[in-house]
Amino acid sequence: MLSLTIREVSLALREGRISATELCRRCLNRIRRTQHLNAYISVTEELALRQAQEADSRLLQGAPKGPLDGIPFAVKDNFCTESVRTTCASRMLKDYTPPFNATVVQKLLDQGAVLMGKTNMDEFAMGAGSTDGAFGPVRNPWSYAAPYRDRTGADPDSDWVITGGSSGGSAAAVASLTSYLALGSDTGGSTRNPGALCGVVALKPSYGLVSRHGLIPLVNSMDVPGIITRSASDAAIVLGVLQGRDVRDSTTVPSPSSLTELPEDFDIKNICVGIPKEYHAPGLSQETLAQWSRVADMFERAGARVEQVSLPHTQHSIVCYHVLCHAEVASNMARFDGLQYGHRSEVDSSTEAMYASTRHEGFNDVVRGRILSGNYFLLKQNYQHYFVKAQQVRRLIADDFRHVFESGVDVLLTPTTLADASRYSDFMQEDNRTRSAQEDIFTQPVNMAGLPAVSVPTSLSSRGLPIGLQLIGPALQDRKLLSVTQWIEQRVGFPTISDHGDDSEGRGDTEVTKREHSSSV
Amino acid sequence: MAASVAPGVLLHNINKQIWILYPKASFHRCAAVRRIGTSASRCKSQPQLKRKSSPQELVGVVGLEIHAQIHSNTKLFSGSQVGFLAPPNSLVSFLDASLPGTLPVLNRRCVEAAVMTGLALNCTINNKSLFDRKHYFYADLPAGYQITQQRQPIAVNGMLTYSHLGGKKRNQVVNKTVQIKQIQLEQDSGKSLHDDQRSQTLIDLNRAGVGLMELVMEPDMSCGEEAAAAVRELQLILQALGTCQGNMSEGQLRVDANVSVHMPGEPLGIRTEVKNINSARYLARAIDYEIQRQIGVLQRGGTVQNETRAFDSKSGQTIPMRDKEGLQDYRFMPEPNLPPLIVYKDNASLPTGVDACQAVVVERIREGLPELPSVTRDRLVQTYAILPEHSFTLVNEDGLVEYFEAVVRETKREPRNVIGWVTNELLSLLKQKDQSVSQSPVSPSALAELLELQETGHISSSVAKQVFQEMWRSSGKTALQVIQEQDLGLVSDTKEIHNICQRVVDSHPDLVRAIRNGNKKVLNKLMGLVQKETKGRADPVVVRALLEEKTS
Repeated sequence: MLSLTIREVSLALREGRISATELCRRCLNRIRRTQHLNAYISVTEELALRQAQEADSRLLQGAPKGPLDGIPFAVKDNFCTESVRTTCASRMLKDYTPPFNATVVQKLLDQGAVLMGKTNMDEFAMGAGSTDGAFGPVRNPWSYAAPYRDRTGADPDSDWVITGGSSGGSAAAVASLTSYLALGSDTGGSTRNPGALCGVVALKPSYGLVSRHGLIPLVNSMDVPGIITRSASDAAIVLGVLQGRDVRDSTTVPSPSSLTELPEDFDIKNICVGIPKEYHAPGLSQETLAQWSRVADMFERAGARVEQVSLPHTQHSIVCYHVLCHAEVASNMARFDGLQYGHRSEVDSSTEAMYASTRHEGFNDVVRGRILSGNYFLLKQNYQHYFVKAQQVRRLIADDFRHVFESGVDVLLTPTTLADASRYSDFMQEDNRTRSAQEDIFTQPVNMAGLPAVSVPTSLSSRGLPIGLQLIGPALQDRKLLSVTQWIEQRVGFPTISDHGDDSEGRGDTEVTKREHSSSV
Repeated sequence: MAASVAPGVLLHNINKQIWILYPKASFHRCAAVRRIGTSASRCKSQPQLKRKSSPQELVGVVGLEIHAQIHSNTKLFSGSQVGFLAPPNSLVSFLDASLPGTLPVLNRRCVEAAVMTGLALNCTINNKSLFDRKHYFYADLPAGYQITQQRQPIAVNGMLTYSHLGGKKRNQVVNKTVQIKQIQLEQDSGKSLHDDQRSQTLIDLNRAGVGLMELVMEPDMSCGEEAAAAVRELQLILQALGTCQGNMSEGQLRVDANVSVHMPGEPLGIRTEVKNINSARYLARAIDYEIQRQIGVLQRGGTVQNETRAFDSKSGQTIPMRDKEGLQDYRFMPEPNLPPLIVYKDNASLPTGVDACQAVVVERIREGLPELPSVTRDRLVQTYAILPEHSFTLVNEDGLVEYFEAVVRETKREPRNVIGWVTNELLSLLKQKDQSVSQSPVSPSALAELLELQETGHISSSVAKQVFQEMWRSSGKTALQVIQEQDLGLVSDTKEIHNICQRVVDSHPDLVRAIRNGNKKVLNKLMGLVQKETKGRADPVVVRALLEEKTS
């Protein structure tokens, strides 16, 4: 039951095969049994059970609010949740409880979805591993699955692999079957990256399609709430709920379409798939490259047009991304001064000293480093050389995409990450900046351009770890993008971690990946 | 919310100028700003002062930066109310407190106010303007940055025409202009209240996020009087538009002056910025003091420092403000949460899909502009043949034009006979009581009735003034009631007047002799004695005729 998709479990709820409360209990149990993953910062057990009961009374009356009524979900801990602490995995906000819900959270609650908890992440979403938060690193659930153990002989407790990040907790929550959907945030790949490494569908919608109100910002001009699910069709359902203009976010636009169901008879022959040659980057693993070719061939064989295309400014993207990111971070973090909310230092010899020690104590090295460099880029003497130049390059990158799409390409197919998940011990050899530059290489150009992109898992690597590919579409063509995603999904036969203690209804096409921890219920 | 933003946030040891929460007493509008040109013109006296020591004269150069609080129900980017007297931290939304995850949403009313003000000041309205973040750490700036319009403001290249009274008798209207560089929309900060004894600072965020129009006036002025007159004219325009209430003592209009001195024709000197000025009178004094101070520094061979100085109204001096953070780099950055602000030229230029009701359309606003003060003044002079300085007095007092016109409508008397009543009798009583025109106990029609009674010969002009005072004291009584109750009507019984005159003549033989000896002026003394007897109720024409007859 826990490994079903939203669509499937929603049907089960309506048909009375399971109650929302029972479903919620099973997810809570599973959260307990997967505590070692460190996917959640806060588990909202009481709230979840109360919401599930309410969903049950609606379901019993035959009047569910929609396909999400009674469905357990998890939220990255940088979305504000009313009366539920929201930490951004930072000491700065470790006891902060917002007085309001983020628009996306509210919309899910309004649909009757059941909030299980707040998920772990890199501090203030600055990272690509979910290793740099105040609550410790998140472990990739696939570390404990049979394929990884069998194929590498690794001991998961010492050789566990990272989830990717920064929305690693959300990806782990969906992959480890504790929630059917999770909200992440995606600024440079923070939803797609862990989505790829954890083997789940991870959508970064078009900029402006989904409200950022209540999302504690990293980079306002690139942040988008991300959707993590087990299928493209589920992602479409959730996007249908979340999308649209929000008066509280002036950068939102009306939804281009209210249709959320993906077409069953999607004709791939009409699709032109672009393969950007610049994404053959150094460091791309053979296995990922092989998956990329495999899916491209699959398109070709099915009658789609597959073309090599060029996005010539791609190589400059990551540097400019960092300049813009750090500049906005410096600005956005200025409000954390210990006065109104959040951590406040004991040092009170002067206001300035209090500011300084509050911020020193409250932020980790990564955050402080970005604040420092961001302020440097914004100095009067540097502004033209860094910020303005980076913005100009940003425009060129957006133009690259525009030209390609105007030439008739419908979607771009690229890898999501260079390789499958690294072992934590290997990952921590490099500093955060180097890691981010490597991990975001394929994902951040999309944020620079504001386009929709989705990571879809296609296969397990020789180490038994997920490999994902990325599809990129033109702005506001999110639905079409998900249709193509679904087409891939239906053909690659990617396995899901199963919870065999749960029930015997596991999807027939999933490979059995059983773990000791999960085998007894 | 309550848990997140405690009312009155404490912090320690801040050394900065205090923005004072003004006590109730200072609410009444400062009488000094009601009239222009009440202080002696320093513009004129200045050169003379210097002529003694330098062959060529150093002259002052003054530019102004004015922050006008937008008169709107809610703040620039949030839905919280705008209010001056609310309890501390009671008008604070999540955005105003900069809670993480909140986003700014632009208030259309504030945009319309800025466009309207721009149009009234002959500005070019930018169809597209942009918002920026200006960063600095300060306790009453919770976000750590202010949203402002640094790169592309909403209005540019305007001009303000203002006038002040000049000439020997200070009755000549002198017209001047000052260029308006730009008008930008920006957020106000909160207020810090410093308790030096306990070394604490209390923060009130009620003002945080209130919409401001920052108006930058080019250094086209040369002295305090000009600056004060320009600010006064701006104040009147803003009040006529309703875009700002313009009260300086409540901080709705805050003026900083950039002051320098130079020899005419030479490059501008090093300037200082004078802050902390809360009335037009102080503005003039602060600027004139600062000009003299700089001239003194230069004449002693010193150099003027580029610094910020505060005006101390008690001593009338400007004093250097402690430089708190050294050189500030505001690290400007585009505000990423607000799309470019687009205003449309006219209805025809509205793109399809844009809701006409939601859009800001410049032409629509232009059509709705009210009569501006300069136009009102010209109209008053033209229509009623009153003196220009009287038109200034009328326009300077809120509601006085309407009052005057209402009186004129209801009486057959010439407007130039009415004007004195309004600008002298009425206004001086209002000022004595520190009341506004709307609070006047004598309504325009009551005054008109009084003037009619005088016009038709029921009372003399001196009695009329007496009656007016009485009407003021016992509000609600008509002129006729007062006249009847106190028996103030003209004595129409000629026989009685005759008798009184005879008595006066009889009892002052010396005066009669003097008149008969040719000193005709003494007749006035006799007239005065008769009026004293009649309490001013005798028709002076009749009395004079009788007295002339009896003394001839």
